[in-house]
Amino acid sequence: MEIQSCVTILNEWDIVAARQLGRNVAKELGFGTVDQARITTAISELARNIYLYAGQGQLCIDRLNEQGKTGLRIIAVDEGPGIPDIRKVMEDGFSTSGGLGAGLPGVRRLMDDFNIDSNPGEGTDIRATKWLR
Amino acid sequence: MYNEIISHIKNRKTEIIEEWIDRVKEAADERMISVVSEQVFQGTSYEFVDLILLNLDENNSEYKSKLEMFSEKIVRLGWPITFVVSGLRTFTHVVHDDLIQEKKISKDREGEYLEFLDNWLAPLSNEIIHTYASTWEKTVSLQKIALQELSAPLIPVVEHISIMPLVGTIDTERAKLIMENLLEGVVSHRAEVVLIDITGVPVVDTMVAHHVIQAAEAVHLVGARCMLVGIRPEIAQTIVNLGIDLNKFITTSTLRKGMEKALEMTNRKIVELEEVN
Ligand SMILES: Nc1ncnc2c1ncn2[C@@H]1O[C@H](COP(=O)(O)OP(=O)(O)O)[C@@H](O)[C@H]1O
Ligand SMILES: [Mg+2]
Repeated sequence: MEIQSCVTILNEWDIVAARQLGRNVAKELGFGTVDQARITTAISELARNIYLYAGQGQLCIDRLNEQGKTGLRIIAVDEGPGIPDIRKVMEDGFSTSGGLGAGLPGVRRLMDDFNIDSNPGEGTDIRATKWLR
Repeated sequence: MYNEIISHIKNRKTEIIEEWIDRVKEAADERMISVVSEQVFQGTSYEFVDLILLNLDENNSEYKSKLEMFSEKIVRLGWPITFVVSGLRTFTHVVHDDLIQEKKISKDREGEYLEFLDNWLAPLSNEIIHTYASTWEKTVSLQKIALQELSAPLIPVVEHISIMPLVGTIDTERAKLIMENLLEGVVSHRAEVVLIDITGVPVVDTMVAHHVIQAAEAVHLVGARCMLVGIRPEIAQTIVNLGIDLNKFITTSTLRKGMEKALEMTNRKIVELEEVN
């Protein structure tokens, strides 16, 4: 069973909308305050990356129900420039924009499952899941 | 055609409006029906029909100002624009159907009449959409100003200690203001310790952290020390997960603890007065 809702990311306020959506779903699914904060922060990172590096894209929230386990999946998709070296961007401190470079590695630590798929010139697809315990 | 349609609508006003209301209700979803009060809905429908009759009846200037007033009223009612626009289309069809049903138009001229009705009601529809759009624009720009006003004040609480309470989302524009106000305030208040209170910031991601770190470094450069206070437990957790190093800062969980610490750093403390008997 999957129910998905999405926010199109075009400007900074869409990042806030995406966070709001994620927080609401997380609350509904029964995540506690710490996990709610982790999920909204992860959404914020991924949505901002779309805004900064791809210009536009989509951020979707999936409610998961697999084998009695409940989860929330963040899907961040864009058709931007893509990431040439995935290993590098997953290192702490790597940034091409003078940022902290803690976003992607941070999201991996904030969430339980993390998957990144990107091809230069085609775009980026990042999925991160948090399971309810 | 004009006069024909006018007199038809005038003669069958009640029937047409009732049919119209029924159809609009049928098409609207439940959420909408609960929002729109029956009475207001009825009243507005009659008002609308009087307005379009005026459009045909009288010269344009009065009609124009009445149309503006009507549009504004519709917008104030807070009805969704899709509801209003599809309602207008439904009206066209109701009148058309009624003309046919009452055998006012022959089969071969049906299309012609529909086109006429459409053209006649289009400017009305446009005016209402225009009013919606400009109302929204106004609201958005007012809210932008309101947001700026609640931006980032630096408050000199006691000598040498200033506090900047941050409430709400921090975007790039606000981050700039935070920096400016901090530096300006530190100098003009002669602050030695500055407390940045993030109790009211809902999400602390790497961008917010980055701006706060930069601000603190800048404060340091002008000779003051910066403290990050109001770090809620869940925010502390996410900051650790993100791998952001705040070791360079003095941090406290509450503003109160921060204040005590700041007093200590400036060689002061709060004492309770002994009761005088
Ligand atoms: N959606 C994306 N499209 C293209 N490049 C991206 C995307 N997301 C991240 N990157 C690249 O990965 C780098 C690291 O991202 P991140 O860990 O969020 O740190 P930061 O945003 O602070 O640079 C970015 O500097 C950018 O070069
Ligand atoms: Mg980033």
